[in-house]
Amino acid sequence: MTDVDSPSAPRYSPLHAVHEAAGASFTDFAGWQMPVRYSSDLAEHHAVRTAAGLFDLSHMAEFDVTGAEAAAFLDHALAGRLSATSIGQAKYSLLLAPEGGIIDDVVVYRRGDEHFLVVANASNRAPVAAALTERADGFDVTLDDVSDDLALVAVQGPAARGILERTDGFEAPDLADLGYYRSADAVFQGEPALLARTGYTGEDGFEIYLAPERATDFWNAVSAAGAGDGLVPAGLASRDTLRLEAGMPLYGHELWLETQPVQAGLGRVPVMAKESFVGRDALERGPGAGAPVLVGLVGEGRRAARAGYQIFAPVGEAADEAAGESTGEDAAPIGLVTSGALSPTLGHPIAMAYVDPAYAEPGTELTVDIRGTRLAYRTTALPFYRRKKD
Amino acid sequence: MPDQNELRYTAEHEWVLVEGTVATIGITAYAAAQLGDIVYLDLPDAGTEIAGGAVVGEIESTKSVGELFAPVDGTVLEKNSAVEDAPELVNSDPLGAGWLLKVEFSELPELLSLAEYDALIGG
Repeated sequence: MTDVDSPSAPRYSPLHAVHEAAGASFTDFAGWQMPVRYSSDLAEHHAVRTAAGLFDLSHMAEFDVTGAEAAAFLDHALAGRLSATSIGQAKYSLLLAPEGGIIDDVVVYRRGDEHFLVVANASNRAPVAAALTERADGFDVTLDDVSDDLALVAVQGPAARGILERTDGFEAPDLADLGYYRSADAVFQGEPALLARTGYTGEDGFEIYLAPERATDFWNAVSAAGAGDGLVPAGLASRDTLRLEAGMPLYGHELWLETQPVQAGLGRVPVMAKESFVGRDALERGPGAGAPVLVGLVGEGRRAARAGYQIFAPVGEAADEAAGESTGEDAAPIGLVTSGALSPTLGHPIAMAYVDPAYAEPGTELTVDIRGTRLAYRTTALPFYRRKKD
Repeated sequence: MPDQNELRYTAEHEWVLVEGTVATIGITAYAAAQLGDIVYLDLPDAGTEIAGGAVVGEIESTKSVGELFAPVDGTVLEKNSAVEDAPELVNSDPLGAGWLLKVEFSELPELLSLAEYDALIGG
């Protein structure tokens, strides 16, 4: 999906043999061979929306942050105010470069007064490790890259809670009491696990961090518990269409080192009330007038605007913008699609794109060049899909 | 469904069933599996002149876009409108109900046998 420098030898999840036995197709993701689909990515997508899907996310990078100044360190290193979180709370945050761009988007779990777990994208393990290490200088804090010590399995979908409650060998506090973006200590086969009500699909669901040695047994236990509920293993292809429908950005598509949070619609993540954090001065200056902003796009028919396709103002409007120059079809593009697909749930094309802010107002009519054909699209507020709360 | 031994193949993962001067064209099961769930097809209309080797259509899955190459020079007699309405037929029955085009051709180029095609995809 993203172009990254992969180490020459591919890396394998502790669940690789399970995926192979299940007939998965694999794709390279940040140097890891991960399941892209088991049989049908559409069926896996629909299963998550209507029942449940089981994902292996063991490629994700995790960092343990401990020490008397762990909270103060994260307040300095990240854009959010992690010191204000309570034990058990999870928080979406951003690791910014001094110039204000996004090094990675992360989820931080507060495990104790002086203990946090920072979960980063697999593709950004090295830059996140480097930035955290550099920023830890002068803080009473210990950083541990525990990526290789943790497997990560996600159970997502309306049936997820019932399935986990029935999973043999899994002991957790009452799941009904575990709020969204909350986590709790759990136990699987006598070994500690971290259970979180988080996810990347737009559905209710859970993510479970546990020792790689326990991953296969856990996967099989969840599969057995969910067999009667329509639970299916789900690959990265469905994960991508699910997160796209939910309007969630993906690093390397919507988020870049050159992107400031406000451009990506993440202006509320940095806490500007904090006196100082890395990137704050640059955010104060802002990305500059006319910097492109992230929008949702919806189209008709079945032809998807995909990542990399150029966006144009409708003929005529572009000419107006250019103060009378007759540009029309030859006008410069006003934006670029960063993710797009025919939405499996909605049945029409959806995309996320960066556009000139003059064209960002929801309802603006635009065209996308789809391999030589200009098709009509309309900007819309994100997300495209929002689950019905029960 | 035709016997896959009787079909001819191209390096672009199409199969060709030759009956007289009519070639029925589809994509192989391997190609359909590589694309993933097919959600949209753009096929040339009847009467379109096509040139062997040229891109004549598109096959989109959720994740990617594949191009359909004409395996022969000729004229499109018929496109399979059933797959335009139900693209999943290409995944479920690529050699049967998932056929794409019938083409009237004048000369048949050299095409691959099943054994040669299997060798190509490492089967």
